[in-house]
Amino acid sequence: MQSPDKVNKNTGLYEKRKVVFPKAVDGPFRRFKWLLMALTLGVYYITPWVRWDRGPYSPNQAVLIDLASRRFYMFGIEIWPQEFYFVAGLLIMAGVGLFLITSAVGRAWCGYACPQTVWTDLFQHVDRLVDGDRNAQLRLEAAPWGAQKIFKRALKWAIYLFIAFWTGGAWIMYFADAPTLVREFWSGQAAPVAYATVGVLTLTTFVLGGFMREQVCVYMCPWPRIQTAMLDEKSLIVTYKDWRGEPRGSVKKAEKNPGAVGDCIDCNGCVNVCPTGYDIRNGPDIKCITCALCIDECDKVMKQIGRPRGLIDYATLEDCELERAGNPPRPITKALFHTRTLIYTGIWAAIGFALLFALGTRSRIDIKVTKDRNPPYTVQSSGEIRNDYTVKLLNMEGRPRDMKVSIDGLPGGKFWTGDMPREKAGRELTVKVAADKLEPLRVYVVAPDGTKAQKFTFVLKAMDEEGAGDSSEARFDSPVEDEGEGQ
Amino acid sequence: MANKKIDEATGIETVGHEWDGIEELNNPLPRWWVWTTYLTIIFAIGYMIVYPAIPMLHSATAGVWNWSSRGQLADEMAEGAAKRKAATDAIAAMSVEDLVKDEKLMPLAIAGGAAAFRQNCVQCHGSGAAGGIGFPNLKDDDWLWGGNIKEIETTLQHGIRSPDDAATRTSLMPSFGKDGILTEAQVGDAASYVLSLSGSAPNDAAAQRGAAVFQANCVACHGTDAKGMRQFGAPNLTDKVWLYGGKREQVVGSITKAHAGVMPAWGKKLDPVTIKMLAAYVHSLGGGEDFTSAPAAPASGTDGNAKP
Repeated sequence: MQSPDKVNKNTGLYEKRKVVFPKAVDGPFRRFKWLLMALTLGVYYITPWVRWDRGPYSPNQAVLIDLASRRFYMFGIEIWPQEFYFVAGLLIMAGVGLFLITSAVGRAWCGYACPQTVWTDLFQHVDRLVDGDRNAQLRLEAAPWGAQKIFKRALKWAIYLFIAFWTGGAWIMYFADAPTLVREFWSGQAAPVAYATVGVLTLTTFVLGGFMREQVCVYMCPWPRIQTAMLDEKSLIVTYKDWRGEPRGSVKKAEKNPGAVGDCIDCNGCVNVCPTGYDIRNGPDIKCITCALCIDECDKVMKQIGRPRGLIDYATLEDCELERAGNPPRPITKALFHTRTLIYTGIWAAIGFALLFALGTRSRIDIKVTKDRNPPYTVQSSGEIRNDYTVKLLNMEGRPRDMKVSIDGLPGGKFWTGDMPREKAGRELTVKVAADKLEPLRVYVVAPDGTKAQKFTFVLKAMDEEGAGDSSEARFDSPVEDEGEGQ
Repeated sequence: MANKKIDEATGIETVGHEWDGIEELNNPLPRWWVWTTYLTIIFAIGYMIVYPAIPMLHSATAGVWNWSSRGQLADEMAEGAAKRKAATDAIAAMSVEDLVKDEKLMPLAIAGGAAAFRQNCVQCHGSGAAGGIGFPNLKDDDWLWGGNIKEIETTLQHGIRSPDDAATRTSLMPSFGKDGILTEAQVGDAASYVLSLSGSAPNDAAAQRGAAVFQANCVACHGTDAKGMRQFGAPNLTDKVWLYGGKREQVVGSITKAHAGVMPAWGKKLDPVTIKMLAAYVHSLGGGEDFTSAPAAPASGTDGNAKP
């Protein structure tokens, strides 16, 4: 609660940003954050350079989004555009996973893994490297512009720009063969979209990571708003245990008056280390990304003054009520496993297994038939009836395959294709389909005069040891109506 | 803004309005947000200077870049033509006889022809090229004037009975009934005979009487075997494809009052490359003939297995 004298009397159109200068901190959560930063940045920068042998007909980059040829490669998995539901499934899993994480451990995504958090953290370390820790940063900020300040700002922003550039540079590596693209990029031969993408991402990283920082979380990001609705009394959040800490008082006061003051000595350490500049003692807030750095700092202070750790700690609101009433803390598993997390885990795993099942049973050969409807049929001079089709043969394997196309049903029917003479018409045809390619065929099917409209089947079979196949039903139209199924 | 006051619970000033006891806090925006708004205003001003924006009496201001959607279309069309130039130049330099054998250029020509077809030909031949009564079906294997790519090109170039082209394909079937050359009974007999040739009607007494009528009047153009003659565009009467309908009354009508369909000479309107591409497209529709196949159509008209 703010008292009226703290109110900004200048109710203009804007609120001046209070720049945050977080203090360096060490502790188990900070070390966990280091680990995750190394992991996430490592995955981001290194992944495009991992090679994966797919034979001579496919690219050898482990993770590649090949927009030009419309292929998505992920290690041993290759996805064609019509199989994009796998990607959709992964995105749904990511969404449900986010729900799961939120219901189990609150805003862990925000605190540890969100790119905005990771890059902001990285940039804050750059601040410390160039300007020194919090106090030095504050002094430099207040200092007038002079040679030293100009030098330090220029250096810092140059490092920002360098990081930002590599962030954008790494992004485009996912969309083309990385070594080739690097060569083309520096020799000026890469596609304009590559330079534009690097430019935009450099700019956004520079601005969002270097300057906007916690403003992105507070003003721009929708996720904190959604999370507000998802957190409940069973969610782990960073909590200041006010029943233990209040009223605040110095160590000296406590020595003079034992029992009169709480454990919080009002050292402001938790506020000083907070990357968003929030005072956790005011209770949960959109500004708290639950990075737990304040826990590290508070634990350190509590150790120094010989009080038990955990004045600020991960806790659920339910546990807080219990603890406030004097009960011992419940085991952490109680907070992690409750109905909601189990349901989310179930949904998440079900989608995952469904995707794995679909992946394991999907076919790498496909035939797709599209019938010409205008006209539905053509009468030949001999009286034979011709129907035309576009038949697409899909060879999704990384090797060329001979495939046999044949027709099943349609008595007396024969077909030929656009690139062969009609005299060679027959009921089957062998086509060589290139590796990882779609072969479209113009197919003309003729049936004797008097053939009724009916259904028949195009059958496709790979002429190799596996002998995989597929079939597709097609309609044959005729001036002679069929009895049952005609329109 | 009369009732500005400090809200007690939050300590923030209200905007001064009240709706049924509900008041709004005056929480200020961050400065960068305000700047963004100013930036959009500056952008809008620049946009109005550069692009057509302010409506005047007859049109809008042109803008300093002189942009127009029409101009953009012209630029894009020119760009497309420039991209196609290599292919169209190569097609222009070769004959259709060579084009049909060119595995690389033929698909391009077919695609270009398909586009030109939709623009120029669908009005009569239909968007699926299936034609209709009086307008030939271009997908079948029956050709009045020839179905190899060269003949198709000639037909396209000069048209059929096109009054403004001296080299146009032309022929005229007499109106046997209307002009009194044959009696009504003779016309009926001739129709019976013609229909019996393709098995569409029984070979009865009328048909046999009609055979005599046919031999006396029709063989000059349609041939003694009634298989037509392409130099006159005379249709093969033994097949199952009927340009003006294969029902008895339609055939009687055609003999009584002859049809003489007209196709424009497209050489006067389209450039030679487009004509070649159109020929390629029409040739590719499933009935195109090559140069070696016999000009007369199928060996036998009725058993349904004329061609293997």
